[in-house]
Amino acid sequence: MEKGQVKKLVLIGGSAGSIEVLMAVLPRLPIGMDFPIVVVLHRKSSDDNTLEELFAMKTHVPVREIEDKTRIENGSLYVVPADYHLLFESNGTVSLDVSEKVHYSRPSIDVVFESAAATYKEGVVAILLSGSNADGALGCVRVQENGGTVVVQNPAEAEMPFMPNSAIQLLKPDFIASTDDIASLIGRI
Amino acid sequence: MIEDREIDWLINEVHEYYGYDFSGYSRASFRRRVDRLMEVDGFKEFGAFLSKIRSEPDYFRRMVEEITVNVTEMFRDPAFYKTLRTKILPELGTKPFVRIWHAGCSTGEEVYSMAILLEESKLLHKSLLYATDINPQVLETARKGIFPLRMMKDYSENYVASGGHQDFSGYYTANYGYAKFSERFSKKMVFSQHNLVSDRSFNEFDLILCRNVLIYFDKELQDHALQLFDDSLSLLGHLALGTKESIKFSGIQKKYQQLDKEKIWKKVK
Ligand SMILES: C[S@@+](CC[C@H](N)C(=O)[O-])C[C@H]1O[C@@H](n2cnc3c(N)ncnc32)[C@H](O)[C@@H]1O
Repeated sequence: MEKGQVKKLVLIGGSAGSIEVLMAVLPRLPIGMDFPIVVVLHRKSSDDNTLEELFAMKTHVPVREIEDKTRIENGSLYVVPADYHLLFESNGTVSLDVSEKVHYSRPSIDVVFESAAATYKEGVVAILLSGSNADGALGCVRVQENGGTVVVQNPAEAEMPFMPNSAIQLLKPDFIASTDDIASLIGRI
Repeated sequence: MIEDREIDWLINEVHEYYGYDFSGYSRASFRRRVDRLMEVDGFKEFGAFLSKIRSEPDYFRRMVEEITVNVTEMFRDPAFYKTLRTKILPELGTKPFVRIWHAGCSTGEEVYSMAILLEESKLLHKSLLYATDINPQVLETARKGIFPLRMMKDYSENYVASGGHQDFSGYYTANYGYAKFSERFSKKMVFSQHNLVSDRSFNEFDLILCRNVLIYFDKELQDHALQLFDDSLSLLGHLALGTKESIKFSGIQKKYQQLDKEKIWKKVK
């Protein structure tokens, strides 16, 4: 296999109440992380790079901007830009897309999870956090169907339990995790 | 989900039967759209879907309409329009005549936004806006300049955020849930079908906008389209792309200068 090829891809999806979780998880990302993380949050379309800047302050991992056809590389963290869906190409790059919103959202977590599952199969680790919308649940199903791993934030701890609960109703997650567990699971799975 | 070799097959057949070449499209998006179309139209088998496309030109047209993503807005990314207003239009104003090309204009919201900017900059009378798309259906809508009234609240907010000071509702007449934009705008527009994959340069322009179209192309086809824009742009003319698109790493990059961090490039060679 080609050196530097992405075999494991961690996705983190969330909506209302998820930024706090990320702020706790990011400082504890594994040292020498050898896989990429892609974060997809529901954000206002007018959002500029504030989220990227906020995350960059919290982690030793480089936070890189996504543009169309950006190559997703091991060891970096990426945030899906506001007002675009994100799709994974088989050559290791991503394409952006402005098609209709899904679950009133663009980016949609379902779209990102589904596309990653189709491209990276069992290499996908999908983590779904707090939110008050059902986006992401179907994406988690696709991730499992393709052999990937699904981690859902413990709804009892989530500020907005609706999103994790929607996933739990559709599938049996591989892990139901507290904020503390999530950080260590990212490196271990 | 449709398999890779089925996508290849579909692309080959469509090329052979209808002359449209989708082989340079971003695979991931193309696949998602085909999957969706097959689901919406109730196809369980790829074979049946393909033979309908082959045998029914009307259904092929539907496929093109559904595969191409036509989502658009007026004054989408207000900051971009603000830059046009303050930095680009004043430069265009020094010319006796202004030619603009909207490549991949979809239903025309972007073109009417530009016409409003031109009017407010007192340039509309000497401007001509060429607007093209691969999809004839969206051009029909664009020609009429009629958009859903319920969108006007968002558009008017975008307009204000782009630096507009007029009463936005003065630009259209509302009727039965639709907003019809004044014909003084459409009079300055020329709509025509043009495929960025296979058609050539047809004029020389001072400003070319191609926003959120290249994201549907792979790198190679992007390069091809950018070359076409370069062939169609006058020296010192400007090329504007979508907020996440770039000419970086393309063949034309060395002839262009980027305007600060904006997705606007000036042809300097
Ligand atoms: C997402 S819309 C962009 C509309 C507008 N420029 C904007 O930014 O809001 C993309 C448009 O590109 C058009 N398109 C796709 N492939 C094309 C091609 N090969 N040649 C010309 N237009 C194409 C589609 O039909 C669609 O209307």
